[in-house]
Order: sequence, then structure tokens, then C-alpha cells
Amino acid sequence: MQMGEPYLGSRPEPMSFDTESVRSDFPLIVDSNLVYLDNAATTQKPRVVLDALRTYYETYNANVHRAAHNLSDKATEAFERARQILAKRINAERPHEVIWTSGTTEAINLVANCYAQSQLKEGDEVLISEMEHHSNIVPWQIACAQTGASLKAVRVKPDGVLDLDDFAALLGDATRIVAIAHVSNALGTINPIQQIIAQAHAHGAQVLVDGAQAAAHLNIDVQALGCDFYAFSGHKMYGPTGIGILYGKESLLDELPPWQTGGEMIEEVRLAATTYQSLPYKFEAGTPNIAGAIGFGTAIEYVDGLDGDSLIAHEKQLLESATAGLNAIEGVRIVGTAPEKGPVVSFLVDGSHPTDIGTLLDQQGVAVRTGHHCAMPLMEAFDIPGTVRASFSLYNRLSDVDRLIETVEKARSFV
Amino acid sequence: MFDLENIKTTFAFFDDWEDKYRFLIDLGKSVPALPTEFRVTDNLVRGCQSRVWLLGEYDTGHNQLKFQIDSDAHIVRGLIAIVLATFDGHSPNDIVAYDIEYLFDELDLMNHLSATRGNGLRALVKRINDTAYSYVPL
Repeated sequence: MQMGEPYLGSRPEPMSFDTESVRSDFPLIVDSNLVYLDNAATTQKPRVVLDALRTYYETYNANVHRAAHNLSDKATEAFERARQILAKRINAERPHEVIWTSGTTEAINLVANCYAQSQLKEGDEVLISEMEHHSNIVPWQIACAQTGASLKAVRVKPDGVLDLDDFAALLGDATRIVAIAHVSNALGTINPIQQIIAQAHAHGAQVLVDGAQAAAHLNIDVQALGCDFYAFSGHKMYGPTGIGILYGKESLLDELPPWQTGGEMIEEVRLAATTYQSLPYKFEAGTPNIAGAIGFGTAIEYVDGLDGDSLIAHEKQLLESATAGLNAIEGVRIVGTAPEKGPVVSFLVDGSHPTDIGTLLDQQGVAVRTGHHCAMPLMEAFDIPGTVRASFSLYNRLSDVDRLIETVEKARSFV
Repeated sequence: MFDLENIKTTFAFFDDWEDKYRFLIDLGKSVPALPTEFRVTDNLVRGCQSRVWLLGEYDTGHNQLKFQIDSDAHIVRGLIAIVLATFDGHSPNDIVAYDIEYLFDELDLMNHLSATRGNGLRALVKRINDTAYSYVPL
């Protein structure tokens, strides 16, 4: 495949955020001419994370919590320290409110499954929105099918903003849980979850926030938000794949039955009956992803080492620049124009299918995502086949945005 | 309708991606549009990001399979033109025996056959092969 020519940006980068220094921390980014704009799918990994994985396997690989030897002590200590780092990052009250999962998907499945087992019954309602990722739809469909509860979806307005009137209308005393994205993966819309949580609580409903697209781009404070559950993945915020967390309030997690069962999560097993471990181990059956957790902790430490506010400002600038640039191209329509957005821009080019544009951008060395973004109900509501999605991260430069605009202009000349 | 040797010869001239994709898109424009009544779910090829519709008809007298294929994406239509040039009007035996991966490799379009690409070319080729298999004499 031929790539685009190396692009030397002509615009000065903002002073407040040292993009070049950040770029040099990411081997795949710094050694490549690729303009990587598929960060909402997964981010690249800084060297410190890769080193942490390697060091774990090379110098202290052992199973955690069980063995009577020093190597296991060391692994356990690093593993639990990573949990503390995550807890601190999101301002959880206690580290054991952070449950390791394989990612956001597993975290949501855990809650949906436990709710189906113990909380939901016929007549209850689960409230989601039209803009949810399939992984925050399907687990609830199954939970509802198993219990006779019904699933309702809050409408999304044409500009990609959640219809809060519809939310208020659908929310009722039958609502047991509201499961909602903090940031839409397909549109970038930031939902007013603090308000949503307050309204849900007023009706006695609990709230699960799908934070997959938020955790890398916003400062998350679960206590300030007041959410009952918050889920996100490591790989979308510079950590390894196969690791994520479910944050849950202690009292709620204590109430829920275990989900997967096996080793690690039990206190005592007798053939007649078994008692379970306390939090967080009750929800962590089997050998956990030790390397992943340690790598995730390292990724968080890496982000914590950057200035959070200037990082957010940098990503906002990338978004605004891309929005302005795309809007200036005739025949380009941005899908999702909410006033509050994460660094995601979805768009369509008149007379072409998103896959055409994706292919033509790929040929020019720009990596974007095309398709329905695992949000088919949203695409159906908007009556579009999908979109082209460019999503930014801290290592993207303004020149990457320029390159996006140039390549979209060129792609447009093909069709 | 499409001549495979012509397509191959033309592709051999291209030394940059732009010419190749402009040609591919042009090629796609000459694929006859499938009438709306055939653009239905039953004819959809699953596994495509863009929509691809396929109709196959077996002519017993001539032992030929005739295909009508359409898509809502330009580049996919171009790829469809190549698929039609390869398979349309051939016998089920010939279709089953033909290795289209070799052709796409020769045209330097293999990336479109990759499983991750989701443009449906792989799914389309599979469905054509499955159709052909069902007419191969046992």
C-alpha cells in the first residue's frame, strides 16, 4: 500500500501542550508517517506502558493473592497498586469499588447480568438512549428478556443532543436503572450525566455510565457525578487491550450476586454451599489480567503526569479545527453538532458512501473509521448508512487535522 | 460486458494509487444499476459495511451462471466490475476452480479482500462461490 507523503505541518502547535514531546513517548506514532485518527477505537501506547508489561513478564510474573512466595507478593502488590491508581484517578471512595474487567463491554455485561439475576422483574424498566453503543444495548435487551422488564430508549435530536424532555417523560418510578454513555462514540456528544443521574436518583433509579469514550478525554470524578456504576476500558486510554474497570458504589456491589464464578472469588467452598469473597474479589473469578492491570495503572500514571486541563484544551482545539475545516468543504456534512463534544467528528460526503472516503483516506495515509460504529439504532434514527469518523488524541497535531482536510478534499474529487 | 484482460492490462499501467482508484471508480460507473425491486433484504450480501445486492441465475442450456450485482458505494462497484469480469457467464465448475485471490493480488487490491475491511468483497466472493457450488454436478 502506498502511504501519503510525509507531511510537515506549517501551523505552529499550541504552546500550552507539548505535542512533540508527547509524540516522542509513543513509538508507533513517532516512527510513522501515518496520521492516526481512529483513537476512539483504540489509542496507541506510550513506551512506559510497553515497558511495564515487559518488566512484569521478565522480572516478577507470578499469580496474585495466593502463593507463599516473594514473586507473588511483588505481583500482588503491583496489581493492587494499579487498582489504587485507577480508584484515585476517578476519585472512588475506596479501591475495592474498582473491579477489574476485560473492558467496558464486560463491565456492562456484569451489571446487566447481576441485575437480571437479582434486581429486575416484570414491570420494571431499563432506560438507555438511542445513541448507545451496542455493548450498552444488547446486555440490557437480554436482561429484560430474561426478567420480563422492558427496555426504553431516549430519543436523540437531529443535532446529536440527547432529548432531555423525552428522558424526563420516559423516566418513572418503574425505571430501575438508566444505562447511558458519557460520550457518544459515534457522534462525540457529551451527555449531561450529572443532571441525568440526579433526575434518575429522584425516581429511585440507579445509573450506569458507559465511560468508554470519556475516560481518556475528561476528568472523571465518580463521587461528584454521583453515579452508581461507571465503566471504561484501558486500551482507549493508552493502556493494554483486555483490561478495563467497573466502578460501583460499595453498597450496591455488596448487594449484587456474583457473576462469573470459580477460583479467586470464593471464601470457602463446601459441596453443600459456598461463601464468597468480599469486594472486589467477589467479581473477579479466575486469574485476572495481571499484566493488563499493571499496564493500565502505568497508563493512568502517564496521563496523570500531563497537565489535564491543557490536554483537554489541546484536544478541543483539534476538534474545533477539524470541524471548521470540514465545514468549509462543499458537500461535507458533519453528523453530530452538539455544543459539548469529545474529540470526535463524524461526517458524510455528498454522493459517496463512508467506505469510499475511508478507503481513499487510507490510500493517503490517514486512518479513520467508517461504518455504523456499533450504533445501528442511532444510524437508523438518523437514516444514514454510517459515517466517516475521525477521532483525536493527545498525540495528534494540528497538522494532522490539516492532512485530514486535504485528504477529504482530494477524496471528494474522486466521486 | 467487462473484459478481464483489458482490466488487467490497464491496471498494469498504473504506478500510483490515484490513477488506479479513479479507474476503479469509473469502472464501477459502468456496472448496470440493479432495479429497485431487486434491492431487497433477501438479495443483500451480509458482512458488508456498504450494501451489496447479488442476484444469480443459472442457465441450464448453456451451463452458465449469470450475475447481477450492485452496491451503494463507488469503490465497491468498481470491485464488483472486476468480480463480474471474472465470473459472469462462466460455468459453475470454472467459478469454483478459479482463485480470485491470485487476481486481486496481481491487481494489488488484496487489501480489499481482507477480513477486517468489511467492504464485503470477501463475503460477495464467498456467496458467488456458494451459488456456483450448488450447481456443480455431483
